[in-house]
Amino acid sequence: MPLSDRAPVPLPARPSMLRRGLLALPLAVALPTAQAQFRVEISGVGATQLPIAVPRFRDEAAAPQPVGAIVRADLERSGLFRPVDTETLVLTETAQPVMTDWRGRGADALVGGSVLRLADGRYDVRYRLWDVVKGADLGGQSYVVTAADLRLAAHRIADAVYERLTGEKGVFSTRIAYVTKAGGRHTLWVTDADGEGAQSALASPEPIISPAWSPDGRELAYVSFESRKAVVYVQEIASGRRRTLANFRGSNSAPAWSPDGRQLAMTLSRDGGSQLFVMGRDGEGLKRLTSSGAIDTEATWAPDGRQIYFVSDRGGSPQVYRLPAAGGNAERVTFDGAYNISPALSADGKLLAYVARSGGAFRVQVMELATGATRPLGDTTADESPSFAPNGRLLIYATRDGGRDVLMTSSTDGRIKTRLVSTQADVREPVWGPYGR
Amino acid sequence: MNRTLSRRTPAVALLAAALALAGCASSVKLDDAPVESRSPTAAGGAGSGATGSGAGAGSTSQSQVASVDLSKEQGAGALGKVVYFDFDSTLVKDEYRPVVEGHGRMLASDRARKVVIEGHTDERGGREYNLALGQRRAEAVGQSLKLLGAQDAQIEAVSYGEERPAVAGSDESAWAKNRRAELRDR
Repeated sequence: MPLSDRAPVPLPARPSMLRRGLLALPLAVALPTAQAQFRVEISGVGATQLPIAVPRFRDEAAAPQPVGAIVRADLERSGLFRPVDTETLVLTETAQPVMTDWRGRGADALVGGSVLRLADGRYDVRYRLWDVVKGADLGGQSYVVTAADLRLAAHRIADAVYERLTGEKGVFSTRIAYVTKAGGRHTLWVTDADGEGAQSALASPEPIISPAWSPDGRELAYVSFESRKAVVYVQEIASGRRRTLANFRGSNSAPAWSPDGRQLAMTLSRDGGSQLFVMGRDGEGLKRLTSSGAIDTEATWAPDGRQIYFVSDRGGSPQVYRLPAAGGNAERVTFDGAYNISPALSADGKLLAYVARSGGAFRVQVMELATGATRPLGDTTADESPSFAPNGRLLIYATRDGGRDVLMTSSTDGRIKTRLVSTQADVREPVWGPYGR
Repeated sequence: MNRTLSRRTPAVALLAAALALAGCASSVKLDDAPVESRSPTAAGGAGSGATGSGAGAGSTSQSQVASVDLSKEQGAGALGKVVYFDFDSTLVKDEYRPVVEGHGRMLASDRARKVVIEGHTDERGGREYNLALGQRRAEAVGQSLKLLGAQDAQIEAVSYGEERPAVAGSDESAWAKNRRAELRDR
């Protein structure tokens, strides 16, 4: 690409308060206000934060999305990076930055990029990452996307930078589904992992619960009460096309996809009681998985597909159990307390998150399955619905904080948290989507 | 000052009466609102809370608006179709035997009739686990109906879990009204 190399273009400096304001602004202005569901607030930071400079991308101001600002905000929200003040500087990926200058600004890493509008209306988004300390070019990438996917391109760049610098996969380009209730209206939303760009997938006068992402990120299974009972539907996200998956006599609920996406486990009361069943993604091949006189529900597959974790009160109180996905004997997993529900597993299968009731408090607990060591994730007391990000490093759950319904994301060690505060509605049932979409 | 007071009193009485009526649920009939002119001997119960001397206000207020809430009518307000449960319990208590027996006899005598039993829980706890608890309550009522002669095909037990509270609020009085099973004709 024959673009002339450019050095950083210094523009007139502004008072530092204003600059702080500018850094904070992109989160608030990235979307039309009608769709802005969340305000993201960070609490807690990593033990060490890498100082990184992400100046504006070239031509970013002319594009519909502030790409560089989104990259910067993503990295900052992870708690592992500290953005270095870049004022109104612009830095393109073809520049040859003077590393001593950036070292002087306190940056250990530097990102430059550009947003070029193509003749067909799409955008070519490019970036390059430098290790300022070593003076090394760490590579870059080009993404050609439609205007609607500019935010996605920015998140992918943040993911690439995050992975290159931390060695772990980023989850900025993933999506989160959740449900709101405002007045008598229930809405299932799909949003970027930063809480921006929320789009309604389903709106209903009746409750919607238990959304579950297909492993390829293209479909959501959920429970809707639109026919005055709990029925499981599967909806293709991009088209809105949906089908009834389970509408047997009684209640149909708690859908969970197998890791290969070919089967779903769910809770059916068709034979009396609430019992676990498995069926193909097309609804064929229904097979009963548990036969207890107790409640068996909230199935979730282990990432290797061999075991299914679930909740049962067969021992007298609700506890987490697991059993072979092909059927067999169940084994109890949680023992502390008299109410442990809503199991979720990390992608590596090593961590189990669940909600424990103690006194009147409901708290997300994280258990290391190998040792059984368990600790609470935070100090909120109305936690619900924990769900792991696909990199296993973060969790999202619903809770109440500061007198409001919020979605909380937390690192698995509980140190870095962000609050996604709903401005308009009760917010609940968050579930973190997979890498694909 | 005296004038304003005496003009206000009947409206207050009306409001009190309407509130009392709304409190004991069922439909609010406008004619039933007792507007009486007598001294406050406080003899009557909750429904007849008329006080003051209602001077010159022999008729109902022209500003009165009675609120009819259909969503409540369909819910806990529908008398004789709701069975309430104790915390963490699926036991159909004796005081609700008449409700269950009434429906059981009706179903036994008319095989064409069908009912849906909707189980509900209070807001505490997980949504899916509560859905299963509500299902258990609905099935407990269904079992009672079958013992009274109803056939399996006449009954469908479903659950709303905590999703459809009859009453808003986060205290025991609200929770007690929300732990319930409702019988609905189908």
